[in-house]
Amino acid sequence: MGLTSQSTGAGVLESELKINRLNQSDKLIALAGNPNVGKSTVFNSLTGMNQHTGNWPGKTVTNAQGRYRHKDKDFSLMDLPGTYSLSANSVEEEIARDFICFGNPDATVIVTDATCLERNLFLVLHTLEITDRIVLCVNLLDEAKRKKIHIDLEELSRQLGIPVIGTSARSGKGLDELMDAVYKAAEAAKVPSTDEKKLQEPLKVRYDDEIEQAIAVLEPYVSGILKDHLDSRWVSLKLIDGDDSLLNSLQKYLDFDLLSDPVLTQKLEESKSLLNDAGLDPEQFRDKVAAKIVSYAEKICSKAVTIESNSYHDMDRKIDRILTSKTFGIPIMIGLLGLVFWITITGANYPSQMLASFLFDIQDHLTAFFTQLGTPPWVHGILVLGVYRTLAWVISVMLPPMAIFFPLFTLLEDLGYLPRVAFNLDNFFKKSCAHGKQALTMCMGFGCNAAGIIGCRIINSPRERLIAMITNNFVPCNGRFPTLIAIITMFFAGVFTGPAKSVVSAALLTAVIVLGVIMTLIISKILSKTILKGLPSSFALELPPYRMPQIGKVIVRSVFDRTLFVLGRAVVVAAPVGLVIWLLANIYVGDVSLLTQCAMFLDPFARLIGLDGYILMAFILGFPANEIVVPIIIMSYMAAGSMLEMDSLSQLRELLLSHDWTWLTAVCVMLFSLMHWPCGTTCLTIRKESQSWKWTLAAFLIPTVTGITVCFIVANTARLLGLV
Amino acid sequence: MDQYIPLNDLPIGRKARVKLLSPGSESRRRLLDLGLVSDTEVEALQKSPSGDPTAYQIRGTVIALRSEDAADIIVEAI
Ligand SMILES: Nc1nc2c(ncn2[C@@H]2O[C@H](COP(=O)(O)OP(=O)(O)OP(=O)(O)O)[C@@H](O)[C@H]2O)c(=O)[nH]1
Ligand SMILES: [Mg+2]
Repeated sequence: MGLTSQSTGAGVLESELKINRLNQSDKLIALAGNPNVGKSTVFNSLTGMNQHTGNWPGKTVTNAQGRYRHKDKDFSLMDLPGTYSLSANSVEEEIARDFICFGNPDATVIVTDATCLERNLFLVLHTLEITDRIVLCVNLLDEAKRKKIHIDLEELSRQLGIPVIGTSARSGKGLDELMDAVYKAAEAAKVPSTDEKKLQEPLKVRYDDEIEQAIAVLEPYVSGILKDHLDSRWVSLKLIDGDDSLLNSLQKYLDFDLLSDPVLTQKLEESKSLLNDAGLDPEQFRDKVAAKIVSYAEKICSKAVTIESNSYHDMDRKIDRILTSKTFGIPIMIGLLGLVFWITITGANYPSQMLASFLFDIQDHLTAFFTQLGTPPWVHGILVLGVYRTLAWVISVMLPPMAIFFPLFTLLEDLGYLPRVAFNLDNFFKKSCAHGKQALTMCMGFGCNAAGIIGCRIINSPRERLIAMITNNFVPCNGRFPTLIAIITMFFAGVFTGPAKSVVSAALLTAVIVLGVIMTLIISKILSKTILKGLPSSFALELPPYRMPQIGKVIVRSVFDRTLFVLGRAVVVAAPVGLVIWLLANIYVGDVSLLTQCAMFLDPFARLIGLDGYILMAFILGFPANEIVVPIIIMSYMAAGSMLEMDSLSQLRELLLSHDWTWLTAVCVMLFSLMHWPCGTTCLTIRKESQSWKWTLAAFLIPTVTGITVCFIVANTARLLGLV
Repeated sequence: MDQYIPLNDLPIGRKARVKLLSPGSESRRRLLDLGLVSDTEVEALQKSPSGDPTAYQIRGTVIALRSEDAADIIVEAI
């Protein structure tokens, strides 16, 4: 079997999960726990990093790694996705389990929610079956205190036989103690016997006799194979359980193909028939195992937890009764979305204009500077008219709406509203034979479709996960919002003045989003009936308690986050594209610039779907990033000649009108923006997540074909009816 | 067994005790992970606007289940 340190443990995971113990002497610490208990918050406080957190289960779906120093040692900390158990029902659960089992962490911190400790203890008890090196972090103590739930941490530690630390991670309380405990646990891992003040033995669950006997048949042999790579008792239990995903991982990380071992197969048969004789079929076996774990958890909690009053979640229930009520649930949801848009549109207006005039002011200075230098005109053309001007447009049009929308959305997320959205919409998804958590992945898509695609990992069923990935693009990401907003304000809300203007804009934008949701449902349904046939799978959606967000912190952080994001994309994508546009506009073949030639080539088709050649080209050139579509349209219209100087947003409408834009063009641009191919990053993400070019192609073509069809129908109906 | 009903038939606001999880159902493992073993107390809290799924209080947390999945959980109303 040739086990080397390279082919095992973190060696293999390194390539898989990108662990870099930056220093070999770093201690590797895993951060595990149920979903939404504050793992990422703990992670951020310890490492000073900014892993995204949010008040809904499933926020973190990948492993994130960070480092911190405590006393004289460096620690590498892995933020694992939240899981209820280690039975790996979904990809993220598998990631977490694999890391704990095969990543060889020096210690595992299990973060738990003090307000529902009992349920959280299942995972602790499961993990204790795999490893002793556990530090229990009872988080959310502030919330527990408010809800009058008291936890006796010492008693808990005595019961479990592991160190227990209480924290309130959001305010940083208890984290020093946590670091101390982790430090000790990681030390003890190396030299267990010399630790004088060793705690009592970590608690191991003892199952009913018939199950213990079945394990006993298998364990000695399994132990002989596994040596001390993994706890043989636990692996035996999982073998009897028939946990295929663990077997696969054993093969992947340790190169053990247990089931092809004839002796083992025979022993396994033996222990299964023992169970059979005792009247336990595989399901009853599983029930018994689960029931035993639950009874341990109940017993421990009865000693360590006192709940003073049972009415602690009455407030949450009251809010739920309004936010998810039959009459108000959906109107409130749409209303909230509209409100967020209204604030975005109103708030972005002024900064956009300021930014534009500021940035174009600089452009004038740049021009003067280049004239003074006496550089050839093309240098000025490429650098200022090409690169700089595109950058200026991207930043002034895109940055303000993004920097306002995102923090607002994050506030809703932290409040705990997103799972309620999923709850409200689930029935529609069920009717489309899709997964209810698809609503959550769509919400993530608002920020960035690539993030939405990764978020699809919370969906267990591969079929439904693919549906969610393919349709995620019908949610306009942050890069497409500003396009929609700009067009709506220019073409549809323009007739209104004062506050009515922004209200109408917000309402229209909301309508576009609702259309995106409807398209998602329709396409999901079609996919479920054709290439991704199947029935909806089962799932359980946890509705977390409402939490008051740390408003100031959220706003500062996410404005900062978005600004960096937009600026980063602007530099990486917009600048080169600006260069390309300028070149295309200034390289002539015969009398016509390349730009115009391309546009003319695309024009006949583009007109069929209500666009024109320049617009379609902008969408194509916008493949690397949607943010640059509008700037490309502006740049190419300007390069195509009719207007040479344009340095404010108010002139934009005139520019578009001079290129024969009508309301129909505007509608089709919006529709096409909502429904066309995913951006380059998203495509690559889909490829990575689906492991298949075929599905990537499907995810590319399906929204595109949908968009073309819808635009074609809209444009030609309007023309036939003589509306334009 | 007539006082035993599938969980999706439990009226809103009522409590019940889990008796068994239907064999062979796809959701079993996940339900067990949430601690839905025999004798666990559940309370039907609230239906979603369109009538499905329903939110249940289970071991101090709120979990929404679709009616198909809830139907696999046989309970005794209390
Ligand atoms: N009041 C309070 N809130 C907290 C505390 N720790 C975390 N939170 C909040 O709890 C929510 C969940 O936190 P996360 O850190 O995203 O949880 P997670 O365990 O990483 O969740 P997943 O990645 O979904 O598994 C966030 O809204 C946090 O702000 C705490 O100690 N007190
Ligand atoms: Mg997290």
